[in-house]
Amino acid sequence: MFQEIIKKYFQNPKNVGKIADVDASGSSGSPVCGDVSTMYIKVENGKIVDISFETLGCAVAIAAASITTEIAKGKTLAEAEKISVKDLLEKMGDVPSVKVHCLEMAIETLRKVIEEYKEKH
Amino acid sequence: MKKKIYLDYNATTPVSLAVKKAMEPFADKEFGNPFSTHFYGVAAKKVIEKGAEQAAKFFCCAKEEIIFTSGATESNNTILKGLVELVKDEMLYSTSRRIQHDTIKSHIITTKIEHHCVLETAKYLERKGVEVTYLGVDEQGFISLKELEKAIKGNTILVSIMYANNEVGTIEPIKAACKLVKSINKNIIFHTDAAQALHYLDCNVKKLGVDALSFSGHKISGPKGIGGFYLKKGIKIEPLLHGGLQQNGLRAGTENVAGIVGIGKAIEMIKNHSDKVKKLRNNLADKILQTIPDCWVNGPDVSSNERLPHNLNMSFPGAEGSSLLELLSQQGIAVSIGSACSARELKPSHVLIAMKLTPKDALCSIRFTLGEDTSKEDISYTVSVLEKAVVKMRKISGYNLK
Repeated sequence: MFQEIIKKYFQNPKNVGKIADVDASGSSGSPVCGDVSTMYIKVENGKIVDISFETLGCAVAIAAASITTEIAKGKTLAEAEKISVKDLLEKMGDVPSVKVHCLEMAIETLRKVIEEYKEKH
Repeated sequence: MKKKIYLDYNATTPVSLAVKKAMEPFADKEFGNPFSTHFYGVAAKKVIEKGAEQAAKFFCCAKEEIIFTSGATESNNTILKGLVELVKDEMLYSTSRRIQHDTIKSHIITTKIEHHCVLETAKYLERKGVEVTYLGVDEQGFISLKELEKAIKGNTILVSIMYANNEVGTIEPIKAACKLVKSINKNIIFHTDAAQALHYLDCNVKKLGVDALSFSGHKISGPKGIGGFYLKKGIKIEPLLHGGLQQNGLRAGTENVAGIVGIGKAIEMIKNHSDKVKKLRNNLADKILQTIPDCWVNGPDVSSNERLPHNLNMSFPGAEGSSLLELLSQQGIAVSIGSACSARELKPSHVLIAMKLTPKDALCSIRFTLGEDTSKEDISYTVSVLEKAVVKMRKISGYNLK
């Protein structure tokens, strides 16, 4: 399952690229390995109506970021804040333990962008 | 998959037809154990002696100075550990001279850009109480002779510097480094890991002045699982594997007869095709630099003679290396990120980091290594696939062209 999901999302990641008129953006990454991820959100009435990402990382990092944006889209900020690595693991299958940090980066990026939004508004 | 283009000759090479043919009889018919004294054994012994002779001719040494192992990893482990162990024993049991306790600590010098099999062995020795200095390199990957000179101490027993780097192709000044070390203390053993050097560089150990040199079969169109080292006559080391007295007592275990036949033949067949491969490599570099914006070559300039002629390492900021590798692989092109061994690691190449690249730029690098069979068409196809891959990955990472 893992391999196919990675392949699918790596070939055609969803929600890629900066969206126009974003309400907030947030980044996270690992200074040691050089990976970095950014997410952008548009919020209406406390709900994430649009979300996108940009990731410099491996196929797993890209897939994880893409899946995270898919899960978060349409959720309230409070609901989105609760999305965890566990949720990604459910969707991605047997992620090798050495690659779990790629999932962590995606979740952290989502939390950062929500944090940014809250600070601004 | 229609096309299959192999641009990863530094990881391994295909076994040549001549090598395969030479090895064939030893898969079944010629099965003797070289250690047996009957006619089967005598025949096998003759065969492995021939392998040693072929290697000795190439390295310009005596055949007794060639020891066959399972590969460069074992060779490097044997030299480093074997020398440290023996020196430790000599110090501990030396009755002729009283040695202060604190001088028992041996010191070895190596570099930050060695292959993992040297670096990890050095780290292991550190855990066992050996002092290790890791020499840095400049932005092209060259060690500094000045730094080497400063690093040498009274308790230095070994200097191990690779002949040519596997990731960026930098050719280290082994001859000069060896001369320098010997001028300070001729008792210091000088070892070089030449795994990547045989195809393209002068490996005459007399000219280089080295005491020990490691090599590998599968990097030179020979089989995997066979390699060896040259060890200058008179230098003692503790073997890594204990057992029978094979390989002058330096490597126990029944010899890999077919492997020795293969590596002997592979060494004998080495023809310098530097000019042809360098032309193609430079063509690849030029085309990429012309086609893809914001990218650069890591390591010495491709026009330089101090770079392996078949190696090209480049960074494409905004396009992560393993993703590029995957996209190229899907189109039938095999390249690598850093070294093959680091492809499954998480951290960016230790070599590029030592060359002062940022982790981000190191992460966005890939390595092409060409070989005898690489064609001009392969180069054009690779550039066109690579261009699309870089565009795709840069879009995903949101990279803005400079």
